[in-house]
Amino acid sequence: MADSADAIRINGTAVEPPGDPRVSLLDLLRERLELHGAKKGCDQGACGACTVLADGERIVSCLALAVQYTGREVVTIEGLTGEDGPHPLQRAFVEHDGFQCGYCTPGQICSAVGMAAELERGVPSYVTDDLAAERIAPGRDEVRERMSGNLCRCGAHNGIVAAITETYGTEAR
Amino acid sequence: MIPFTYARAENAADAVRLGAADGVKYLGGGTNLVDLLRESIERPTTLVDVTGLSSAIEERDAGLLIGAAARNTAVAEHRLVRTRYPVLSRAISSGASAQIRNMATVGGNLLQRTRCPYFYDADGFRCNKRNPGEGCDAVDGSNRTHAILGASSACVAVHPSDLGVALAALDADVHLHGTTGNRTVPLTELHRLPGDRPDVETVLEPGELITAIELPAPPPATRSAYRKVRDRASYAFALVSVAAVLGVEDGRVTAARIALGGVAPKPWRARTAEAALLGGPATEQAFRAAAEAELADAKPLRDNGFKVELAARTITAVLGRLAREQA
Repeated sequence: MADSADAIRINGTAVEPPGDPRVSLLDLLRERLELHGAKKGCDQGACGACTVLADGERIVSCLALAVQYTGREVVTIEGLTGEDGPHPLQRAFVEHDGFQCGYCTPGQICSAVGMAAELERGVPSYVTDDLAAERIAPGRDEVRERMSGNLCRCGAHNGIVAAITETYGTEAR
Repeated sequence: MIPFTYARAENAADAVRLGAADGVKYLGGGTNLVDLLRESIERPTTLVDVTGLSSAIEERDAGLLIGAAARNTAVAEHRLVRTRYPVLSRAISSGASAQIRNMATVGGNLLQRTRCPYFYDADGFRCNKRNPGEGCDAVDGSNRTHAILGASSACVAVHPSDLGVALAALDADVHLHGTTGNRTVPLTELHRLPGDRPDVETVLEPGELITAIELPAPPPATRSAYRKVRDRASYAFALVSVAAVLGVEDGRVTAARIALGGVAPKPWRARTAEAALLGGPATEQAFRAAAEAELADAKPLRDNGFKVELAARTITAVLGRLAREQA
C-alpha cells in the first residue's frame, strides 16, 4: 500500500499510481484492479461509458492520466453499492428499464450521481433559464442536456431520464 | 503513445523552469492532449502538470482574475461569473460534456488544438499543422465544418473553443509567465491567424505559460448572451456561435462587443460589425446590416457556404434578443 499523499484512493482503498505515466485511470481500474464496471467504449472522451467520480465530480477516466489523480478519492460503480444493497439510482434504473445491454449503465449511473451534486450546488447548464438560481430542479430538459456526455446505443435514454428524475426530482425529496 | 516522463509543477516559476527544455508540453486536464498523445500527433518527451497552479477566481479591481488551472465547471458555476458575465457561463456550459468540463482547465481550453479531421488523420492525409509545408487536404476536401474567415491556403481549420469566444467578447487579457518574466496579451491577440505557418498557433514563446485570465468590469448597462448552433442539440462543436455584449439606450446602441466561434482559426472578434452598430439604431435591420458587413470578407469553401448565412442570422437573432431585453 502506498501512503495516502502519493496514493490514489479507489473505492476507499489506497492504490499506488502506475509507474508509467501513460496509463489512464480507466486502464488502471480495468487492467490492474480488475474493476470492470467502467467501460472502454471509445477511449476518446466521446461516449461516457468510462465515467467515474473523482472527489465526487464526474470525469471520463479514459482521458485521465492516472498519475494526475494521486491524493484524490475515486469512486467507481463498484464503490457506489452500499452494504445494504444497490444505490437508489441503481434500483431506479432497473425499475424504469434504464438499459438493455447494460454496457453504458455504470457510466450513466456514475454520471447521474455527479450530476445530482452539480444541481445541488447550482451549476448551470446550457438550457438553464435563470443563471443566478441557487439550486436547479432536475426537469426533463435539464437532465437530457446534462447527461449528453453519456451515450446509449440501445436507446434507453427515456428510461434513463425517468430513473434519474424519479431519484433526484422534487417529487423524490 | 510514445513514452514520456511526468513532472508536477508547484508554481509558475517551477513550471517555466521545467518547461524550458525541448520536448516539454504543459498538461492541464488532459482532455485534448491525452487524445493527441494516443494518436501520436503530440509527441512530447516530458509532460509538466500545471493543474496545481492557481485555480483561484477572485475579484480584481472591478473585474475578475481567473487562475489558468481553474476547471471549466468552476468558472461556469462561480456566482460572479453567472451574475456579471452570463455570456461566459453560458459559453462554457455549451462546450463538451459535463465530465470534460469538470476536467478541462481554462488555460488548456484556450490552447486546445483544432478538431479538423485532416489534422487528426495522420496516416491518411496531409496537414500543415502536423507536418509544416506538406500541404492541406482540407482546403479542397470535405470542409463543411471549416473556416470562412481568417483562413489561408495553407490551413482552413477552426479553433474549437467556446470559452475563448466569450472571453474575446469580454475584452479579456491573458496573463503569461515565461523565462523572461511576465507579460499580458489581449485574448484576441493570443492566437495567430495561420498565414503560411499554421503550425504556429499562438504568440506564446517556447516554454511560456498561461497563468491567468483577467476580465475587466462588464461595460455598464449592457446585457450579454452566447448562442451556439450545431448539428445536434448538445455535446457537439459549433458550426457557428455568437458571443455578444450589447447596451441599448433610447433605442440606440451604446455598447457592442461581438465575437464568433466555429468560423475562424481563432475566436473571431467582429469589430467591423461593432463599428457599424455603435451609436446607430437598435433595430433588426441594423443588426442584419452589421452582420453582413462583418461577413463581407467571408471566403466560403466547397462545403461550408451555409455558414455565411447562418452566422448572419445568428448574429442578428442574438442582438435582437439582447435589445428586446433592454427595451
